[in-house]
Amino acid sequence: MIPMDLIEKTAVTLMNKAAIEIPDDYLTGLKAAAEVEDGDLSSFVLQAMLENYEAAKEDRRAMCGDTGTPRWYVKMGNQTQVEGGPVALEAALRRATAKATNGVPLRPNRVHPLWRTDHDNNVGIGAPEIEYGYEPGGEWIDLITVHKGGLFGTDYRMLFPSDGIEGIKRFYLDSLVAFGKRGLSCQPAIIGIGLGGCKDTCMVLGKRAACLRTVGDRNSDPKIAELEMELKELGNSIGMGAMGFVGKSMVIDAHIEVGYCHTGGMQMSVHAFCLSSRRAVARVFADGRVEYRTDPQWFTDYQRRETVEWEVPQNHEKSA
Amino acid sequence: MGSTAKPREIRLSTTPTQEELAKLKLGDIVYLDGLMYTAREGVYKRALDEKANIPMELPAESAANFHCSPAARINEDGTFEMGAVTATASFRFAKWLPEWLAKSGAKLVIGKGGMSSKDYKAYFVPNGAIYLSTVGYGTGALLGRGVDNVEAIHWNEELGLAQAMWVIRCNRMGPFIVASDHEGNCLFERENERISKNLHKVYEGTRPATLKRFGETDDKSEELI
Repeated sequence: MIPMDLIEKTAVTLMNKAAIEIPDDYLTGLKAAAEVEDGDLSSFVLQAMLENYEAAKEDRRAMCGDTGTPRWYVKMGNQTQVEGGPVALEAALRRATAKATNGVPLRPNRVHPLWRTDHDNNVGIGAPEIEYGYEPGGEWIDLITVHKGGLFGTDYRMLFPSDGIEGIKRFYLDSLVAFGKRGLSCQPAIIGIGLGGCKDTCMVLGKRAACLRTVGDRNSDPKIAELEMELKELGNSIGMGAMGFVGKSMVIDAHIEVGYCHTGGMQMSVHAFCLSSRRAVARVFADGRVEYRTDPQWFTDYQRRETVEWEVPQNHEKSA
Repeated sequence: MGSTAKPREIRLSTTPTQEELAKLKLGDIVYLDGLMYTAREGVYKRALDEKANIPMELPAESAANFHCSPAARINEDGTFEMGAVTATASFRFAKWLPEWLAKSGAKLVIGKGGMSSKDYKAYFVPNGAIYLSTVGYGTGALLGRGVDNVEAIHWNEELGLAQAMWVIRCNRMGPFIVASDHEGNCLFERENERISKNLHKVYEGTRPATLKRFGETDDKSEELI
């Protein structure tokens, strides 16, 4: 049984870390982009961003004033029980979101879509989103918070099998160029691409591909991994850099996640996770241990399973 | 870093003279000193559509309008905590800006992404105003360091913390990039023009989607296939 006060306390710390500390994998990726960037304005922007991450950590202030729309991904081992059950868990995550919004402080971005009413704490109808995943074996809970920006860089399109890879590339470029102008998508970014599923799952897959995978991570399907590399390169060949200035840094990495879809379709979504790729993760164990990390490790073999039944592979039993 | 030319850096008051503004060139880097206020759709609606009295002396106190909501809170003792400060995209406010510039006398509009050269020529230039873009757009912590003091917050009861009018005293707040000049030229359009020249090459080997969408054609009777 995992104590709820520990979950809430950990969640507040995660909100704090996500807003302030740029994850190492993205930082390394951005530094590599800064090394090769030769557009004068683009270079200046990347240098300013690198200074900004330092300033945020030194001062313990949010790295960006638009702290996005905080959300939670929760994953549990199959043997996990949380004190008070799932309702208590959701209340704890909502409390942590409100507390951290006032504590860090974050920008209270969340308002009612029509009445624009604002609770000044990033909590409201459907906010923060809380999504769940499970893994076979284990007694632990992974708390993952992501504070993704909420306005630009995301699009969906119904493609068809006949559109093929050329159609995928077209929609990918269209999305990057359209939102890249004037830097609306706050590039260079981690680009997540969802392929297949239904419209809603396609969006979910693409968003998770952007937010829950780290720079340098490749899809376990070697052909998809190859397409990821190809799309990364294609994005960086547009001739556009940070803020839509002349340059070559648009994409820090490209991640693709797929889901089985209708036989006649090939749904596609594109998501840009901005210059402040805010994610933080902790695993909380029943014995009270808390381990912090920045890699969500969301997409395990189990999450990408294709079969009816799942048999735990011998070598995966412990790592899951 | 393969940078060739380093941009010019300039310190500017938030109540700048016309001479100072005329010297600014596209791509210059600016750091600001003085009072600045935030105003976005909430403030514009309240001041212009609902004709509420603006709770500051403008432009005497400040001629710098920041399109921004800070990551901030009001403490129980009435003081403020402002961490990071980041701009929001300005093109969405074009509806209110002509009237706002005339009424507020703002000379510096600071935000994300700029406006079009058409906007600049139509109402920035006649009002002697310049657009400054934030950098990145995520240098919230650096800009936060440039906040010397939060002087006041107005209309937070009516509009909420994110849409309220925050009054900030800046000390070398920046960096900002000059995105329009006194002739109404637009930095982003200049860059976009250069980038567009190569786009057809990048698009080689791609194909348009089988099923079109409205917006890709203006003919609403078209079958889109």
